[in-house]
Amino acid sequence: MSLYHVQKLLYQLNRDPSVRTRYEQSFETLLEDYELTEEERRAVREPDIGLLYVMGVNGQILMHYAALRGFEWDRYIEAMREGERRYGPVRTGLYVRAGEGS
Amino acid sequence: MSLVFAGACSHAPGITGRAERADPALRDAFYAALAHMRAALEAERPDALVVIGAEHFANFFMNNMPSLCVGMADSYEGPIEDEAWLAIRRTRVPGAAALSQRLITAMMEDVDLAYAQEWKFDHGIMVPLNFLTPRYDLPVIPVNINCQGPPLIPLHRCWAFGRALRRACDRQPERIAVIATGGISHWPATPDSGKINEAWDRAFLERFLANRRAELLAYSDAETHREAGQGGFEIRTFVALAGCTEGSRGELWFYAPIPIFAVGCTVAVMRIVPLTPGASP
Repeated sequence: MSLYHVQKLLYQLNRDPSVRTRYEQSFETLLEDYELTEEERRAVREPDIGLLYVMGVNGQILMHYAALRGFEWDRYIEAMREGERRYGPVRTGLYVRAGEGS
Repeated sequence: MSLVFAGACSHAPGITGRAERADPALRDAFYAALAHMRAALEAERPDALVVIGAEHFANFFMNNMPSLCVGMADSYEGPIEDEAWLAIRRTRVPGAAALSQRLITAMMEDVDLAYAQEWKFDHGIMVPLNFLTPRYDLPVIPVNINCQGPPLIPLHRCWAFGRALRRACDRQPERIAVIATGGISHWPATPDSGKINEAWDRAFLERFLANRRAELLAYSDAETHREAGQGGFEIRTFVALAGCTEGSRGELWFYAPIPIFAVGCTVAVMRIVPLTPGASP
């Protein structure tokens, strides 16, 4: 259920100004509040948008996090493509390609 | 008859946010169809507009996800997204809490609902309002169908919700308009953003506009996912509107794939036929 916590962090970051403030003041302290694996923590921190996509983060959450981290639209789309090339197909969730994965 | 208008349109954020990147001729024809829809809506002098939408984690998350939720506030705010990204200014939208409460109470006779006295609109509602009520002077009652976080409500229950909404509307003295807003086939926020299955869309729209219940309810989620992408799950909003306008037929005022908007852009309006008294459920 770790994906749940990644999505919760990004959802709250997108929607809650107080979480956004904590992100700006101390991202590392904010990350400690969520049950993330080291891979997830790295992907959020860098950010590795492609890896977050492959992990299964819902695009309707991820696209706003990408925008927050300065990815304009074409770069965001390319980051997801790069993620699939580097890490393989989306592992779980709504964004698994039809006929693949769980 | 208090349901005075029913229609459907797209809501993708690119429609406003990436407007300058679209083919101008297609974009302007789409905008013109939305303006036509606005004129038709205004001509019916509605007291309130019910928007059956499919939000994208503006209010609801997987910690507490309602399948169906109806707003019950006297005002709402939106868009929740960055104003520059969506190219829509943040504003306050009037609601109609007392009417919401009457509709919810009436619908609960037939279906289970959640309600919300706080609600912020994302592009799923703000993009349609930007075109249909740009002065934000018509009270809005938002409805959300969870199309993002599975398990998702089955199509036949979306239809049942639509029927319950119709019956509830018909018991009210107000003149009520209802629109559904969702994508048909689309793969938004994926590497395939811009892909649109026009043939699938047109087949779906034919069933929708002819209000063929059995054919509309025959789509499986596996088929929809395969042919129409994860965005295709938003057909739930269309199916709910079809339930709300049972026995009526619709007209397609615009349909064209506009890839930079990431959706087959759609404008459709139903010609409302009164419900037959005593019609079977």
